[in-house]
Amino acid sequence: MTPDLFERVKRDRRFQELVAKRTRFAWSLSAAMLAIYFGFIFIIAFAPKSLGTPIGTGVITVGIPLGLFVIVSAFVLTGIYVRRANSEFDAITRQIIEGAKS
Amino acid sequence: MNALRVLFAVVILVLAAMLSPADAAGAIEGGGRQPLNVPAITMFLIFVAGTLGITYWAAQRTRSAADFYAAGGGITGFQNGLAIAGDYMSAASFLGISGLVFASGFDGLIYSVGWLVGWPIVLFLIAERLRNLGKYTFADVASFRLEQTPIRSLSAIGTLTVVAFYLIAQMVGAGKLIELLFGLPYLYAVILVGGLMIVYVAFGGMVATTWVQIIKACLLLGGATFMALMVLVHFGFSPEAMFRAAVDVHPKHVSIMAPGNLVTDPISAVSLGLALMFGTAGLPHILMRFFTVADAKAARKSVFYATGFIGYFYILTFIIGFGAITFLMNDPAYFKVAASGAYNKIADLLGGTNMAAIHLSNAVGGSLFLGFISAVAFATILAVVAGLTLAGASAVSHDLYASVIAKGKVSEDREVRLSKISALAIGVVAVILGYIFENQNVAFMVGLAFAVAASCNFPVLLMSVFWKGTTSRGALIGGFLGLISAVVMVVLSPAVWVKTFGFKAALFPYDNPALFSMTIAFVGIWLFSKLDASERARREQEAYEPQFIRSETGIGAAGALAH
Repeated sequence: MTPDLFERVKRDRRFQELVAKRTRFAWSLSAAMLAIYFGFIFIIAFAPKSLGTPIGTGVITVGIPLGLFVIVSAFVLTGIYVRRANSEFDAITRQIIEGAKS
Repeated sequence: MNALRVLFAVVILVLAAMLSPADAAGAIEGGGRQPLNVPAITMFLIFVAGTLGITYWAAQRTRSAADFYAAGGGITGFQNGLAIAGDYMSAASFLGISGLVFASGFDGLIYSVGWLVGWPIVLFLIAERLRNLGKYTFADVASFRLEQTPIRSLSAIGTLTVVAFYLIAQMVGAGKLIELLFGLPYLYAVILVGGLMIVYVAFGGMVATTWVQIIKACLLLGGATFMALMVLVHFGFSPEAMFRAAVDVHPKHVSIMAPGNLVTDPISAVSLGLALMFGTAGLPHILMRFFTVADAKAARKSVFYATGFIGYFYILTFIIGFGAITFLMNDPAYFKVAASGAYNKIADLLGGTNMAAIHLSNAVGGSLFLGFISAVAFATILAVVAGLTLAGASAVSHDLYASVIAKGKVSEDREVRLSKISALAIGVVAVILGYIFENQNVAFMVGLAFAVAASCNFPVLLMSVFWKGTTSRGALIGGFLGLISAVVMVVLSPAVWVKTFGFKAALFPYDNPALFSMTIAFVGIWLFSKLDASERARREQEAYEPQFIRSETGIGAAGALAH
């Protein structure tokens, strides 16, 4: 990277916005994953009985859909991130690089 | 190329030689080992022949260092997602989690959830920055603006420690499993695994290793899908009917539908959760996979696909575990039955609870499908050890040799040759260690590998990328403190100090040290960076800005390395 290109990127307002937006987005999603997972773990540690409550009259307990929800949420959260990063963020990045080169 | 042909011939001869004495031994001894399982061995040989063919093809097109370490950056996001899933879905997780569900029901779900939730973290914080900053190993990224010698040495030691513990656990598991499934003696099985992984890595590099992972992932996902489907078909696709039947036959009855004894106190639970979550983000063979794709976009996609495949796989293992309860527990044919006809529905399962999935394959698909699943389990182990070996060999050649010893003054050819020799050496050491540890309890080793990855590799990587203030001195001291504290605390824990060494009381009360060792590592990096007022530290902090711009935009990153 030439120092010139580097300076231009650094001064580009779009770059600062991109970084701020993406950082906020990535850490919020990380926090969501941590909250979901450790929420699940803390229920198991402090109130294991609550997960053993049957749903309706069957044998399936609250814990089973909740566990599946944690698995599915991991997949959905990665999907949300990839969707936005591969369209919106990548487009801004391209603009920044082209702007800095010209 | 001549050497390659000779080695191929040797491998095939060894394979052939192994079958004949085992045949005789299986017939005579019978007892501990299973009789020779012909369909399983046939299917496994087809897998080996196919993967050796791929290795031959890969060897022809592996010319540069970029080809060897990173498959020339020519793997697509989808392929890499499958390969990552292949690297992560070990035989231990397939057999272990379905076995845990078989024995305790719901607890198996708690366990598998922990293994999955690290992936979103890898994506949000690590994947694209790694792709933008590095070339072949995560040490490239950690040492991007820091002093090469100390940081690469630290990363290489972290990598080799993780690889060693992970590899021993896999080798011992492989030997036992193959002995049980195929009727091959333990030592032969370990040599076979070691020999094949050397061939894959030394000749085919990352291209062969990646395709072995992809094939194995497809076989494993296909086989597990079939088993879960057969179980669901049996119950008319009614989960309620399946769970009802399981509750009826399981000796613990309705308590298998709720958390049992897996999570005892909150500190252990959080500590294990942290190790699984952040250990995933510090596993060297997984991090290496992000350099095999063309750009940050493909790196992100690969984590998305990998998370989907791994999550789907864990849901399958849950169904398989419950299927095993309903199909096996009332059938004495799968148990060690006392003269009175009584048997314990959990402890007396032939081969132990980890064999639940294997027995279920026989129950739903007959001996041919049993052979298929056994061959898949073997293939799974092979693929995982090949990935580990490549990561270890790269740490030796690319980080220790090329950067630390030769100070970057080394030709690509020489570096790659050294990597191949390292793969050979790691393979030989793995076989020897696998043999030594045959009768040791190695269950704690995978946990230890994750704890070290979470307490050394991950903090150093994260802090060097995200915190401007990180200096070489801080990263070096903090990383080593994390590594040493993780290992020491595991050694003093109940799992090792009491269960393995036989002492009366553990000196450290928790089985998983991550909560403490990760804290030590992060505080260490922060504190010793703050205390570092050297001229070098000032230069390193100034170099953060260019690194930051490259890590966020990919400007200057090695682009698609087209052939």
